[in-house]
Amino acid sequence: MHCFTGVIGAIVPWNFPLMLLTWKIAPALAMGNTVVLKPATYTRLSALLLAEVCAEAGLPPGVFNVVTGSGAMGSMLAEHPSVDKVAFTGSTGVGQTLRRLTAGSGKKLSLELGGKSPVVVFESADLDSAVEGVVDAIWFNQGQVCSAGSKLLVQEPIYEKMVNKLKERLTHFRVGNSLDKTMDMGAIVDESQRKSIEEYVEEAKKEGAEVFQIKDSVPSGCYYPPTLITNVQTVSRVVAEEIFGPVLVVLPFRTAKEALAISNNTIYGLGGSVWTENVPLALEVALGIKAGTVWINCHNLFDAAAGFGGYKQSGYGRDGGKEGLFEYVRPAWEERPRPGKVQMDLKTFGATLPQRPTFENVDNRQITINGVTMPSIDRTFKMYYGGGQKRPDAPYVRPVINPDGKVVGHVGEGNRKDVRNAVETAHAAAPGWGKRAAHNRAQIVYYMAENLEIRRDEIAGRIQLMTGRKLEECVTEVDLSIQRLFHWGAYCDKYGGGVQETTLYGATVKIHEPVGVIGMACPDSYPLLGFVSLFAPAVVRGNTMIIIPSQNYPLSALDLYQVFDTSDLPGGVVNILTGDRDHLTKYLTEHQDVQSMWYFGSAEGSKFVEFASAENVKRTWVNYGLERDWTDPEQGQGEEFLYQSVQVKNIWIPMGDIFAN
Amino acid sequence: MSARNPGVEYDSSWFDNIHVNLPAVKRRAETLGTRRTVKKQWQAAWLLRAVTCIDLTTLAGDDTPSNVSRLCFKAAHPVGKDILKAMEMENEGITVGAVCVYPNRVADCVKYLKAANRPDIPVASVATGFPTGQVPLKTRLEEIKMAVADGAKEIDIVINRHFALEGNWRGVYDEVRMMREACGEAHMKTILATGELGSMVNIYKASMACMMAGADFIKTSTGKEGVNAILPVALVMVRAIREFYQVTGYKVGFKPAGGIRSAKDACTWLSLMKEELGDEWLSPHLFRIGASALLIDIERQLFHFVYGRYAAAHEIPMS
Repeated sequence: MHCFTGVIGAIVPWNFPLMLLTWKIAPALAMGNTVVLKPATYTRLSALLLAEVCAEAGLPPGVFNVVTGSGAMGSMLAEHPSVDKVAFTGSTGVGQTLRRLTAGSGKKLSLELGGKSPVVVFESADLDSAVEGVVDAIWFNQGQVCSAGSKLLVQEPIYEKMVNKLKERLTHFRVGNSLDKTMDMGAIVDESQRKSIEEYVEEAKKEGAEVFQIKDSVPSGCYYPPTLITNVQTVSRVVAEEIFGPVLVVLPFRTAKEALAISNNTIYGLGGSVWTENVPLALEVALGIKAGTVWINCHNLFDAAAGFGGYKQSGYGRDGGKEGLFEYVRPAWEERPRPGKVQMDLKTFGATLPQRPTFENVDNRQITINGVTMPSIDRTFKMYYGGGQKRPDAPYVRPVINPDGKVVGHVGEGNRKDVRNAVETAHAAAPGWGKRAAHNRAQIVYYMAENLEIRRDEIAGRIQLMTGRKLEECVTEVDLSIQRLFHWGAYCDKYGGGVQETTLYGATVKIHEPVGVIGMACPDSYPLLGFVSLFAPAVVRGNTMIIIPSQNYPLSALDLYQVFDTSDLPGGVVNILTGDRDHLTKYLTEHQDVQSMWYFGSAEGSKFVEFASAENVKRTWVNYGLERDWTDPEQGQGEEFLYQSVQVKNIWIPMGDIFAN
Repeated sequence: MSARNPGVEYDSSWFDNIHVNLPAVKRRAETLGTRRTVKKQWQAAWLLRAVTCIDLTTLAGDDTPSNVSRLCFKAAHPVGKDILKAMEMENEGITVGAVCVYPNRVADCVKYLKAANRPDIPVASVATGFPTGQVPLKTRLEEIKMAVADGAKEIDIVINRHFALEGNWRGVYDEVRMMREACGEAHMKTILATGELGSMVNIYKASMACMMAGADFIKTSTGKEGVNAILPVALVMVRAIREFYQVTGYKVGFKPAGGIRSAKDACTWLSLMKEELGDEWLSPHLFRIGASALLIDIERQLFHFVYGRYAAAHEIPMS
């Protein structure tokens, strides 16, 4: 069950001023929100006209508002306390600024940012059609498209031929007045943008790139000719950075595997296209390109039914489709968090000192053997990553102290290096885990539930030891954890995606892919159930993770690693680091190869996580210091857990070969 | 004027690794009608150019000297004098590109074109068992020779669809080569009957086989198939022409036939040629449209351009 979010602050860019604003307001209004829209400074009039049309259509006053202003006004809008969600399309730089401005405020944020999308042409492609595809990809709208196919990868045997065909095509390319429909390309939005494009190209020339342009075809004025750049490589600025103009770079490749590596060798992940008549190749490459939309034998097709958005630093959230609607609603049970102005020093967050030995409060647990009573063996739990028990990098431990002040065990004190090691092992395990049949992941999770039940009383006892709660409550927590494992085990193969009903003659397929490596900080309430509630949905959807168990009550999680070992869970899929929650959170959040950070701690930590996530635009899910009832099915295992555990990719597959007999 | 395509040696490697993506081809074809339109006096000029590219055609079981005579006179005077005068084109000798008939009507055409004072208009004859080609090779070749003897300056042959559907491109090539020889000095247009070839890849390969065998023009269809001249098919064929030109240096012409009825269509087809092959392919020696009713619609458009009103069809001399 979901309900509307409230007031949406929408900030949209100039490249498709009307279309992109409708991508924001349509789902916002449909979900019952109200909107304050700030159009781009270059393109204000179409938004104002649309607002008038909306009034004419009878939209009640105040539901859709347009306020024009500069970039600074956009920041004001984002920071306004009555704005419940910020929806942004624009550059990665500004997206990062908005993330930092809204960090810790309790507002939802969606970012649709830049791209450097690959166009991959195999020798099994229809080359003449690929040439037209390149025209659609990079010269449509003068290349001022976030998903522009600006990086052309051509298989070696047909490289020369493809480049020559492109050059020939440019000899009858028409550049002129934007309102003349017989033109292929119009003017650049503004002189400053034109200059920026020119600077990129001039710099490439200085580096020795071959730049092909038909300058004569371009009228005087704010125009830039369609440009083809060869003799560049991955190190070149024009290959790495988004130019946002009609400039195409071309790189050769040898095999499909190499094409994927080059395609994904970028901070961006917005779009991409694959050109081949070989079906298994097309599908495999489409799945391998890390982007929110992959087109097969076409580029830049859009439809309201298919969500559009980014992986990696191209952002998060989707415009369109059911997947896009999630951005504009909250779970019905949840109030909009209002942590207010969280005062903290972002620089010193997570600083920690290792603990001194606790010789005064040692737990004097005893056992009796053959009538002789003696102290039981002290237990120092190691951390668990890469499928093995590991000592912490720095030789410190942290005591686990129960409500009576007694030490009930010791755990490792994790630091940055442990985070580094755990992230590496999580990445090593990710491809194998993601490729497994969903059914196989389900079997493993059910196995975990079985093994947990076998040790039910022991684990309940440990919870009681740490927390001092009534034993029957602890047993209930274990039982709920087992139930939850069953619940998520069943979802291994029931959330794969769907078919989108677009206007394409063909199939537009939505795939729910894993997010990647997820960092998680568990809540202190329900030390076992909280842990299971977070790791289980993520693991069944093919993610790998680094989890920080409850800081005060970590032992239950550490019990679980024996369950993992006996349940055939491959090493590296679930990694457990103990220690100071915020210290470990800091390093996980700052790690640029962690794809998402889930944090269920304090309001300060939530602010830090959101702020620091801006650096590589990673996804975040924080609690703003608020509690939730993990035992309640809506709050503890609702659809939002699935939403956070997947990222949506839409693959467009046009069909057709029959035209007559 | 470039050299006539003499054909080249058969090379089977030209048929390897051919890929055509129909959805993408369709997408490109759709842009031609909207992204390359012409208006006003430019449209009028394009339409007049289109007239000169028409192979004015009658291919009916009941063709007799009566209607063939009417067709030939119309071919010699395709657009009313008053319209041409208003466009200052009355002294340009505007005629259609050719008249196109069955072999038995070739002699009639020669006679009536002479009577209409335009013996220079070429007579094109269909041949080789038109439209299906399902007759012995011997008689197919004999037809060509007889039509040429009667005065045909152009021959429109049909390829062997059986060979094409089998993938026997060598077979297609060999027959077309023989047909070219039988044509002698007459120019040969090779009709692919694309509506029967089943796939775009086959269309591309059939185009190549014919050009390799010495076609002067490749032609989409007989007009008698279920699907005749459509833009996606044309796009594949002209891309083949471009490839052939780039490899051999020989320019081969293109003729769509069947289903082209409106003046707007004519302009769209000219746009296709201009976009894909260039301005040289915008004249009768490299571009023809096989049509009959089209001429009347063009004339109506030109009438409108000159007078600002629409003429009724019956006000225009019928062909």
